Parts: sequence; C-alpha cells; structure tokens
Amino acid sequence: MTTAPAQAGWRFRQPSVIPGFGLTLGFSLAYLTLIILIPLSGLLWRSAALGWPEFWAIATDRRTIKALEISFGTAFIAAAVNVVFGTLVAWVLVRYRFPGRRIVDAMVDLPFALPTAVAGIALTTLYAPNGWIGKLLMPLGIKVAYTPLGIVIALVFIGLPFVVRTVQPIMEEIDKEVEEAAATLGASRFQIITRILFPGLAPAIVTGFSLAFARGVGEYGSVIFIAGNLPYKSEIAPLLIVIRLEEYNYPAATAIAAIMLALSFVMLLVVNLVQAWSRKRYG
Amino acid sequence: MEVRVANVRKEFDRFPALHDVSLDIKSGELIALLGPSGSGKTTLLRLIAGLERPTRGKIFFGDEDASQRSIQERNVGFVFQHYALFRHMTVADNIGFGLKVRHGPSRPPAQEIRRRASELLDLVQLSGLEKRYPAQLSGGQRQRVALARAMAIEPKVLLLDEPFGALDAQVRRELRRWLREIHDATGHTTVFVTHDQEEALELADRVVVMSQGRIEQVGTADDIYDTPNSPFVYGFIGESSSLPVKVENGEIWLADRPIGLAAPHEPSGDATLFFRPHDVELLDGCSGCIAGTVAASRRVAGTRRVELEIGGERQRVEIELPVDHPAAQKSRVAFRPGRWKLFPAT
Repeated sequence: MTTAPAQAGWRFRQPSVIPGFGLTLGFSLAYLTLIILIPLSGLLWRSAALGWPEFWAIATDRRTIKALEISFGTAFIAAAVNVVFGTLVAWVLVRYRFPGRRIVDAMVDLPFALPTAVAGIALTTLYAPNGWIGKLLMPLGIKVAYTPLGIVIALVFIGLPFVVRTVQPIMEEIDKEVEEAAATLGASRFQIITRILFPGLAPAIVTGFSLAFARGVGEYGSVIFIAGNLPYKSEIAPLLIVIRLEEYNYPAATAIAAIMLALSFVMLLVVNLVQAWSRKRYG
Repeated sequence: MEVRVANVRKEFDRFPALHDVSLDIKSGELIALLGPSGSGKTTLLRLIAGLERPTRGKIFFGDEDASQRSIQERNVGFVFQHYALFRHMTVADNIGFGLKVRHGPSRPPAQEIRRRASELLDLVQLSGLEKRYPAQLSGGQRQRVALARAMAIEPKVLLLDEPFGALDAQVRRELRRWLREIHDATGHTTVFVTHDQEEALELADRVVVMSQGRIEQVGTADDIYDTPNSPFVYGFIGESSSLPVKVENGEIWLADRPIGLAAPHEPSGDATLFFRPHDVELLDGCSGCIAGTVAASRRVAGTRRVELEIGGERQRVEIELPVDHPAAQKSRVAFRPGRWKLFPAT
C-alpha cells in the first residue's frame, strides 16, 4: 500500500464518505452491458455480416426508406401534437383546483399501463369507417384508420403521458413570486406566459418531446392494428423488421434496425446537447 | 408619491389578516413595517402593491384611488425576499424587462433600455455584470439586481418585502447602509417589511409597529423606543422587563410594599410596570425599592445580565449591570427603575 501523493488533474475515484463505490459501479456497468450493450452490439455485428454494397442496397430500398419516413414522420408529428396538448393538460392539472382533478391526473397514466395492442384495437374500432368516430369523419372525406393519420393518432395516445409527466413537476416548481414580479413590472398575463413561464418550461418541454418521439418511433403494438400496414403507404419500420424476420432475412432486418438505432441516437444526442446548453445558461 | 391606506380590512378565507388599518405615508419617506410573523405586515405591503385586493377600505396614491387599478397599472416597484429574478434572462434583460413589456410610444427604443439598464447597474454598484445570468451572482448581488429592476420603471412607490431576510448578517448590514444611500439619492417613497427591529430602527424615517393585524404605533425610532404606547410595543422593541404591580393613592406597590415610584396621574388598581433592564438604579438599603434573589447571571457582550426572582410569587425580571459591578456577586439585589411606564393590567 502506498499513499498516492496529491496529484493535480483527474482522479478515477473521488473521495467520499459513502461506501460501496466499487461495488455499485461494477454492478451498474455489468448490468448495463448485459441489458443494453450486448444486444445492441449483437445487432451491429449481425448487420455488419452484410457487405457494404448489400447494406446500402437495403438501406436505399424504396420500401425501407418509405417505412423509415413514415415511422419518424408520424412520431415527429405525434410528439409535436403531444407537446401542445400535453403542456395544456399539465397546466390545467397544476394551476386549477376542480372536482375530479385527481381522476384526470390518474387518467393521464392510462396509456402507460394499458397493453398497447389493446389501445390499438380500441382506436381501430373507433376510427374504422364504420366505427363511432370514423362514421362521423367519413362524410367529411377524412379517413383515419389504415392511413398515416391513424398512426399519428395511436402515437399521440401512447406519447401523451411522457410530455405531461415531464412538464408537470417543473411547472409545479415555478415560483409564484416570479409571476408577481413580472406583473408589478407591468407585464400582461399573456406577456407573463410567453416571456416568463414558457422559457422556463422549455427544457422540460424539449425532454417531453424527445421521450414521446423516441417512444413513437419504436411503437409497434398499437400501430399495427390501426395502420393497415400497406407497403409504401402506412407500413412502419418496426413492422418491416418483423416482416423481414418472418422471411428469415435476418441481415435485412438487422440492417433496418441499425439504421433506426443510428437515427435515434442522433436525435437523442441533439436533444441532450440542447439541454446541456440550456442548463449551462440558466443554472 | 404620497400613499394613504384608509380603513383597510383584509380577510383570507374569512380569517382576518388585517383589521381596519389606516396609514399615511409621506412623499419621499422611507418607512418600515415591523412586527412578528403573522402580524399582517407583508399583507399590508402586498395590498399597497395590488398583489392582494382589500376586503374593505381603500388605498390612495396621491389623490387617486389605486384600489381600482390593476397591479400592472399601479406602477409600483416590488422587491421580494427571494429576489424572484427571471432565471433565463441576463442581468441587463432582467432590469430592462419592465420597459420592454410596455406598448406603443411609452416603450423606449432598445438602445435606450440598454443604456438605462447599465445606468441602474452603476447605481447598484454592479457595473459590468450586464451579461451575467442570475445563477452566476451571489445573494447580495441578486437582491441589488432585483432592486435595479424595480427602479427601472420609475415606480411611484418602492415596496420591499424583507429584502435582506435571505442574506447573511454582514451582507445585510452593508446593504442596509447602501439602501439608505440609494433612497437619499433617488428620493423614492419606500416601504419595507422586516421583522428585524435593528434594521427598522436604523434605516427608516418612521417605523410602523404591527401586531395581530393591527397597527400598534407609528413613529420615529426615538418615539417607538422611548415612549412606547402599548405593552406590546414596549415588549417587542428592545429589551424589557415587566412586573405586575398595584397603584394606590398615586403610589406604586409591589405585593405589600411601596417601591418608591410615584404615579400621581394613574388610576388606582392593578397594572403592569415596564422598564428597560439597562436603565436601573442599584440601591443598598431597601426602603422603597424592588428587591430580589439572584437566580441567574449571564455575561452578554459588554454587560452582565442578571435575572432576579422577586417576592413570594418568584416573578422573574432581568436587569443589566456593568461587568465588574460587585452586585453581581451578591445573592440579593435591590434596585429601582430609572425610566419606566405603567400600563393598566388587562
């Protein structure tokens, strides 16, 4: 045993009174490796079994591109819709006291708990051309089920709690005094919302958006029932992967998966950079 | 701007926080609202600001009835205990906010707003910190920014709610002196709330002592300390000791002995005698004095504080002695208050 001289610079282990650093870090790393790292590297390994030209051929296949477009496009639209209405729901839950508030609050979590296939079937029944809502929309020329619009609706349903539950706690923390200060300085109610409250909530809203978006991109269960799954029209990328698997075309399936992985990674990276930037500025 | 609070009552959920309060604040005056927590001082301040609406009564700014006006229209500067700065804005943007949200011709051009912000930063001695964010400032600096922000709109009245409450003692003393200087330089009518009597007495032109939703006394530091008009004010401001006594034929009696104090104008009956612990005259013999057994003796800064048990009922009072006074060693001390005041027993 030697006592290391105090050295400037980075040290692997910060002195701490809390014991168990080695044990907990070791366990965390092993756990993350087992649960996340090995499956993902397996995925990359399998798709690497393809040669570059074959990979490129699958990646640029029109059906693959269309499926990716639909997956990311609908997830983006659904996340955007959820940001608007999820923030609104959070606002109502935080700011107002009304009978049944707790019930509404609990209802927000339903999409978390409900098996997604059940949600998909229920939405399909409602929005199908002969369903309750579909029947009303039909004369207006709006077709929901078996179109990308149906996918968006399913993803809105699935993604709502992600936005509400990330925005709600931040909204609850907003200091009433800050609003009062703005009011004494002459700011109108609208100016207080747009100039004081909204900028304060922006980081939480971005997080909520990215969670809802990530969930939407990977969603399978609820979508396949309502989407109709027409290739080039309403076929999502996760379904295409399943189709390739059923054809025992493992390289193609893993290639599509690897592309999705890369795109999602880039998305999360961007979101994290935005957040790190805002944290640095506003503390 | 002169501020007049006229017979204001405020209830929260039927619970009265202020009972029929009236107060005249002169233009350019620095006034302190002083009282224990729950005395209604912050409620009164918020009513003047328009952050609360009175249940009854009116508030005038000059001759104009301000109770009809919204917070936005009142044009008051309000400084909060916990600063309430806008975290996502730079210091300069915080200070300029009140000017930026104005509409039409009353909004100065951006350049003018920026100039005004740095002018105010100079005034609060934070020149050069325009680009910082509130998270990058110390508590004392934040409160200075908050004050600059409140002054940017050229308010009719400046209202401060325990402005130094969240700061440590040294910064507090420093900012206190500094606020006085700023007030003398700018001449805003200023009302501040505090529960720190030292702060109130040192800083304010006049002090409003409040208790349980009522104003007990309004006056200068001298008035409040030397001629308190109620047992509450006597007990709340500075150190005090009290004893239950009886007045008979213009003489004050403690239990069955006269204590050598004449009160020719007081009605006969039970009363409470108040005096300052440091303002007592020690006596050797005792024919007409207050005498007690020493129960405890503590050294407090430059003096020695002695606790005495008086009479059969062992009433405790405190007196202050010079540190090296021989009486502190004795087991029995006799004294007579120098300046004192009687209040009828309730």
